[in-house]
Amino acid sequence: MAKKTKEQKALEKQARIPFLKVIRKHWLLLLMLVPAIAYVVIFSYIPMTGIVMAFKRFTAKGGIYGSPWVGLKNFKSLIISNKLWMITRNTLLYNVAFIFLGMICEMGFAILLNELASKTFKKIAQSFMFLPYFISWVVAGAIMFNIFNYEQGVFNHIMRNLGLPDMDLYNTPKYWPIVLVLLKLWKATGYGTVVYLAAITGLDQEMFEAAAIDGANAWQKIRYLTIPSLIPTMMTLVLLAIGNIFRGDFGLFYQTVKSSSLLQPVTEVIDTYIFKLLMDTGDFGVSSAAGLYQSVLCFCTIMICNGIVKKVNPDYALY
Amino acid sequence: MAKKDTALYQPKKIKVGGDVIALNIIGYVLISIFALLCLMPFYLIIIASFTSNAELIRSGYPLIPKSFSLEAYQLCLKNPMTIVRAYANTIGVTVVGTFLAITMATMTGYVLSRQDFPWRNGFAFFFFFTTLFNGGLVPWYVLCTRYLHFKDSYLAILIPMMFSVWNMIIAKSFMRGIPAAISESAKIDGANDFTIYVRLILPLSKPLIATLGLFAALAYWNDWYNCMLFINKEEFWNLQYYLQRMLGSAEAMRIVAEKSGLPLTNVPLQSMKMAMTVIATGPIILLYPFVQRYFVKGLTIGAVKG
Repeated sequence: MAKKTKEQKALEKQARIPFLKVIRKHWLLLLMLVPAIAYVVIFSYIPMTGIVMAFKRFTAKGGIYGSPWVGLKNFKSLIISNKLWMITRNTLLYNVAFIFLGMICEMGFAILLNELASKTFKKIAQSFMFLPYFISWVVAGAIMFNIFNYEQGVFNHIMRNLGLPDMDLYNTPKYWPIVLVLLKLWKATGYGTVVYLAAITGLDQEMFEAAAIDGANAWQKIRYLTIPSLIPTMMTLVLLAIGNIFRGDFGLFYQTVKSSSLLQPVTEVIDTYIFKLLMDTGDFGVSSAAGLYQSVLCFCTIMICNGIVKKVNPDYALY
Repeated sequence: MAKKDTALYQPKKIKVGGDVIALNIIGYVLISIFALLCLMPFYLIIIASFTSNAELIRSGYPLIPKSFSLEAYQLCLKNPMTIVRAYANTIGVTVVGTFLAITMATMTGYVLSRQDFPWRNGFAFFFFFTTLFNGGLVPWYVLCTRYLHFKDSYLAILIPMMFSVWNMIIAKSFMRGIPAAISESAKIDGANDFTIYVRLILPLSKPLIATLGLFAALAYWNDWYNCMLFINKEEFWNLQYYLQRMLGSAEAMRIVAEKSGLPLTNVPLQSMKMAMTVIATGPIILLYPFVQRYFVKGLTIGAVKG
């Protein structure tokens, strides 16, 4: 609270500086802001006014603002399509799995890497783990096809050689949640590990020495020192991720699944659904209704989560 | 306490307890497994790209190289103009886009980091709000195609990734660490704000620029999304989108070949896909060992939060 009143005071102080005086004094700074302001106005704020499209029947002649109003008709057809619950559930569950498992893997690997005695091994392992982060989802999709395609895939190759039953992944929906989560972890864990590792390296080493003198063993040091010290980093990363919990990773889902209708029930997320409505069916009204639904959902989530975190511990809040 | 093992794990004369050894063993095993899993697919792709298509069809993607064949690469490079064009597009857009992204992020970040600029918090919120709420894909897409005419132009693969609020926040928090006295004393000496930014702040922000530049370059290099949204004409395709189309159309060709009963082995589709993947990923993998440490360094600069 003290921090807030301080900020408010500063704001009040600033408000007292006359408008024209600021412009005269800082005109060059303002000019330097112009490109970014123009960019954000054009590509973020103007599209925000475009949410009216969700309540219109888009016509080529009328454009965004000139098309006729249809009220809630777009939302009605969105609900009637019966896909809304499916895509929301898929997006949410996948992201929960990514956030939760990602956090465990990233923190775990960071802690283990930090404990390793060999510097060379540490460096090499870190390079390998970071590598998948550098490729595009197109390439990741190609890699996945190489491994899992039914006739020639490496996976089935091994399974058949071992005399085990093979797996027709591209025609079996039930495997997809596991495979997609693993693929995402494969691609993102290296990055997160480096972030956590940087946080561990930045910790006060004296703390660990003192604990060692007091007789703490390695497990205790991890349990009572390292993990608690990583909580601020974790909270920031998790909160940022929760803000996007209703946004699917478009590349992951699009480049691996492509447009298989068999797999749709387990792989369609809000983002791919909007994209397909827009590009394949050209249904601007319904897809912008779905987009508005997603934006509102995301906005509410981040507001609520940040609010709760702020109440519990203001230091961890994003803003 | 296993004293015998001390020398093995740590050359210094520090007592190494059983707990540390156990932790090290777990660490080496788990990390080795995961690191190999990360590397393995790249190895598989490269091996497959050098295997003849007939071999791939007969016995699947190999784990261990059995034969060596350049037919896939020969076919990919038979008609090199589209690949060369896609490469040129990607490189051009990456270079220009990275420059623009660095300029936008650092210039905006600098203004907002100036403590004597009274409106900095207001503008910071003005930018930050766009990360909290947006109009969604459709209005943005309609704006870009209908009003800004991005369809089939280089603008479509350049502009959408030019400015990122997160990069701006990283720049702002980095520049807040530069003593304000530098700007102030230069001001007294008669330098204007833009000169201070170019002559003093940018040279002091080299680590920041390296980081922002690397992330922007990676984003541009790996972009296929904007190309897919806006580009129909082949001449504007970038490398990743070209690969995506190749993977897709190869798939389509396979289906056609199967349906029409043509001998599939005539077109080395499988190995060609893998060769194209290698061609599209190659430069990143080759550059990777050199830039990797800057990425690792850079991650500590931003420290995620603004």
